[in-house]
Amino acid sequence: MQADFFAKKRRNSLAFLLALAGVTLIAIVVTEYDVAKGFTSVPDAVAWALGNFYPTQESLVKLPGIIDKLVETLLVSIAATTVGAAAALLFAILGSNTTRVNAFFGSISRGIATVFRNIDVAAWAMILLFSFGQSSLTGYFALFFGSFGFLTRSFVETIDEASSGSVEALRATGAGYFSIIFHSVIPSSMPQMISWVLFMIETNIRSATLIGLLTGSGIGFTFNLYYKSLNYDVAALVVLVIVAAILCIEAVSNYVRRVIL
Amino acid sequence: MTALLEVQSLSKQFLGSEGKALTDVNFSVSEGEFVSIIGPSGAGKSTLLRCINRMIDASSGEITFDDRNVTKLKKKELKMVRTKIGMIFQHYNLVDRLSVIENTLHGNLGKKSAIAGVLGLYSQEEKEQALRILSVLGLESLIYKRADQLSGGQKQRVGIARALIQNPRMLLCDEPIASLDPNSAKVIMDHLRDISTSMGITVLVNLHQVDVALKYSDKIIGINSGQVVFNGSPAAITKEDIQRIYGSEAEDLIFDLGGIHAS
Repeated sequence: MQADFFAKKRRNSLAFLLALAGVTLIAIVVTEYDVAKGFTSVPDAVAWALGNFYPTQESLVKLPGIIDKLVETLLVSIAATTVGAAAALLFAILGSNTTRVNAFFGSISRGIATVFRNIDVAAWAMILLFSFGQSSLTGYFALFFGSFGFLTRSFVETIDEASSGSVEALRATGAGYFSIIFHSVIPSSMPQMISWVLFMIETNIRSATLIGLLTGSGIGFTFNLYYKSLNYDVAALVVLVIVAAILCIEAVSNYVRRVIL
Repeated sequence: MTALLEVQSLSKQFLGSEGKALTDVNFSVSEGEFVSIIGPSGAGKSTLLRCINRMIDASSGEITFDDRNVTKLKKKELKMVRTKIGMIFQHYNLVDRLSVIENTLHGNLGKKSAIAGVLGLYSQEEKEQALRILSVLGLESLIYKRADQLSGGQKQRVGIARALIQNPRMLLCDEPIASLDPNSAKVIMDHLRDISTSMGITVLVNLHQVDVALKYSDKIIGINSGQVVFNGSPAAITKEDIQRIYGSEAEDLIFDLGGIHAS
């Protein structure tokens, strides 16, 4: 009986691996991807990048302009995340099973959040291009909608996980809805929520670069501009600046996380 | 002694489940009594306790607490009744990131207006009362500690403090010692007994440990599959009663009834 159990588990794993291999093979055939050529071209690409893609003395002149754009991108990302987080907190409180007012509003707010979450930021950017044109406002709203959806989902889970016990206890003392929110839900969930917001800020700074390509704003656009005009040295400088900024933000948010958790 | 709590033909059926969680439950509890509810897991002990303060709404039947029919109360009146009933949980249900004193003062939130409650405006008197209760429970040196830094026994004592600061008429304790080691469990049960004896607060406890129930209670209510199968004093309980409460395998239960009655 037991030997059977393990044999069955092994068969399942094997079947899964075979299926995965099959799908990969089909994909390779359909896209006419040459595996050998794919791997052998990597050294060439590296050689080209090392030969062309590095900042030079002259490119440093552009640095102040690049930094300006970078700061703009950072601020847009942070603003989109924090405003998104405020909206997400409201929807999460209404949507969480622990704190929802009733089942109807609960499913409505979770449903709205699901729609916003499942549309990617890039898709949002394209949709919003129609309304706002190529401006940083489009980027801002794309990031805002994406963060809102994702954060609502994470906040709902945080609330259910961190505070259902104490919410029950406070309800049993006869405490009112808002007292429960402010004395149980917020204190127990806040550190985890801040951690999610920091994560979202990091993610948004990365997406903002891509969104910038689409919306013609921010650091993404700057990169695109220099790259397309064959100014590889300046484009390389942009990339280095972005990498440095992301590492800084990550260090800061890791520090904050250590302190609050 | 008058009945403080009266439960009459209480039944509960959860949505989407066959069979009832509680079937025609009747009992009454006098002022100041210490009552234990025993029964196997899933017998309906927690459901019964939560029906009393309407954390769960009963399907039918009446619950009278302090001469008021709890099952018919409107939202505001229900809150008023809840302020008179303290509740203690198996997993303590404290706000882990707040201090002992803050968790204790939470017991006062039910009496506050919405604004005072949200802002956490506690009077000097309430703070002093919290300190008094915490020192009775032996927690005076820990008042600024965060709840998640306490041991299980200490957390449960904070839970008791939060219930006591309500100045309750009755305490509902849902498996208060199920997650505790024997020493902490004894400390908690001694405190609960003392609360009942010296403060005259009625205590209703769900218990897994039959020996503990027999030792501490004035009255035992035995539940099996949502029905009351025993209701009487610990001295009157027989081996057959235990079998009826816990089912046929009860013969092998790990404690000795004679030994407990003798002590």
